Amino acid sequence: MIFGYYPGCSLHGTAKEFDLSLKEVLKVLNVNLNEINDWCCCGASSAHAMSYILSVALPARNLLLAKHQGIQNVVAPCAACYNRLKVSQHELKFDEKMRMKVEEVLEEKITNGVEILNLIELFQKIGSEKIKTAIKINLKEFKAACYYGCLLVRPHDILKFDDPENPSSMEEILLITGAKPVEWNYKVECCGASHSIDHTEIVELLSKKILDDAIKHGANVIVVACPMCHSNLDMRQKNILKKYPEQKEIPILYLTQLMGLSLGLNYRDLGLHLHYINPVPMIEENIKAEEVAI
Amino acid sequence: MHHATLNPIGQKIIDITSQDTSLCYQCGKCSAGCPLRDFMEVPPNRIIRYLQLGLYDLALTSSTIWLCAGCQTCTSRCPKNFEIAKLMDALREVCIEEGIEPKDKKVLKFHKAFLKQIKSYGRSFELGMVGDYKLSTGDLFQDLGLAPETLNKGKMAFKPHKIKDKEKIQNIFNKSMKRDKK
Repeated sequence: MIFGYYPGCSLHGTAKEFDLSLKEVLKVLNVNLNEINDWCCCGASSAHAMSYILSVALPARNLLLAKHQGIQNVVAPCAACYNRLKVSQHELKFDEKMRMKVEEVLEEKITNGVEILNLIELFQKIGSEKIKTAIKINLKEFKAACYYGCLLVRPHDILKFDDPENPSSMEEILLITGAKPVEWNYKVECCGASHSIDHTEIVELLSKKILDDAIKHGANVIVVACPMCHSNLDMRQKNILKKYPEQKEIPILYLTQLMGLSLGLNYRDLGLHLHYINPVPMIEENIKAEEVAI
Repeated sequence: MHHATLNPIGQKIIDITSQDTSLCYQCGKCSAGCPLRDFMEVPPNRIIRYLQLGLYDLALTSSTIWLCAGCQTCTSRCPKNFEIAKLMDALREVCIEEGIEPKDKKVLKFHKAFLKQIKSYGRSFELGMVGDYKLSTGDLFQDLGLAPETLNKGKMAFKPHKIKDKEKIQNIFNKSMKRDKK
C-alpha cells in the first residue's frame, strides 16, 4: 500500500512526534508514503485571514505538484493542512472565477483529481482487520477522550467527513487498540487555534474547558489528530496547571502514538519524550510492565 | 443580489464571499455557538446586521472580526447556509486593503509574521516568526519560559528549511496580493 504524503510545516517542527509516530506505525502496517517533492506551506490560518486567493493558491500548488508526481491520494495528517487542501480543491472545482484567478497566479492550468485524506481516513483505508492483526498490547485501561477540534470536521459541506457535531470515526479506530472511548461534550469545541500566540490568555481559557470536560467524564488521556490542538492542550496545559492549583494533569497523545503503543513500539520512536506533559507515568500505570516494549 | 447600499466596500465583500447578507434573519445561532463570543466586542450576528444596514465602518473597525478563530462552528450551524467564517475572512481582507487600523493589532501582527516566513522560505519557520512577532509587538518576554524546553526538544529549528522553488512562492504572494488590491 502506498499513499502520497503532505506532512505540512508543523510535522517537521513543533509536531515532529506526530510525523515520527505516523511513520513508525505505517512501517509496521506495511504502508509506504511518497512525500510531495518541494511542497510548501498551505497558508494555515494566516493566509485566509489576509488574502483569500493566496489561501487557495498555496494548497493548489501542492496539489498540482502531487499530480505531476503521479500521486492519486495524498495523506495530510495535520487537520489544518487537510482542511486548507480540501477547501482549496473545493473552491477551484465550484468557483470558476476563483479557478481562473488562481490559474493566473500559478501560471498553470488547474487539473483536479487528487484525493485528499485525513489521518482517520488513512486508517479507514488501511482497514481495521489489517491493524487488528498487528496489535500486540491491549490498551484496555486507557480511557480516551477523542478530541476532533474544528478543522477535521468543519465545514461539513466541503469536507464531507463524519458528523460535524458528534463525530465517532476516531473512536472506531481507537477501539481496535482496546482503549475505551469516553462520552464527553467538547469533542468539536475550538481550542482557540492560532490565537495561541496573539491571545494566549484566551487559548488557556478555552483549552482549560476542554481539559476539564475530558477529566470530568473519566478520561485519563486525550487523543488528537491536529498539531494545533495538541500544542494548545499540551504546551499550554503547563501554564494552566500553574494558574489553577486544583487542576489535574492529563496527557495528550496523537492518535498515531496511541496506535503505536498498542503495536508494541517503544516510547522514543513514538516521540513520547517530546511532550510538555509527560505521558509516560499514565502509560506505565495503565500498561502492565511485562507488556511494555522498551 | 439586492443590497441596502452599493458601497464599493460592500461590493468587495460580496466579490470575495459570493454571499448575500440580506438572507440572514438574525436567529443568532452563530453567536450562541461561537467559542470566542465572550471575548468579542459585538457578537458575529451583529456584524452581519451592520452589513445589512450598510454600516460597513462599524463592521470593519470591530475587534470581533480579528478575534474570530475560523473554527467554522457558525458556518456549520447557520440555517441559511451562510458562510460566516468566510465573511470574517473577507472583512479582514478588506481592512488590510483599505488600510483600516485593526482594533486588535496583535492578531494581524501574528498573521504578518507567520506569512513573512512562508514568503521568504516557502515553509513556516517558527523561530523567525516568533522573533518577528515579538519585535512587532514589543512584548519580548512572552513565552520566554517555554523557550528552553521547546528548543531542547528540537521542536523549533534554529535555521529555516528553504524549499527549492522559492521564486514560485514569492511570485504567488506578489500576484495574489496584487490582484486583491485591484
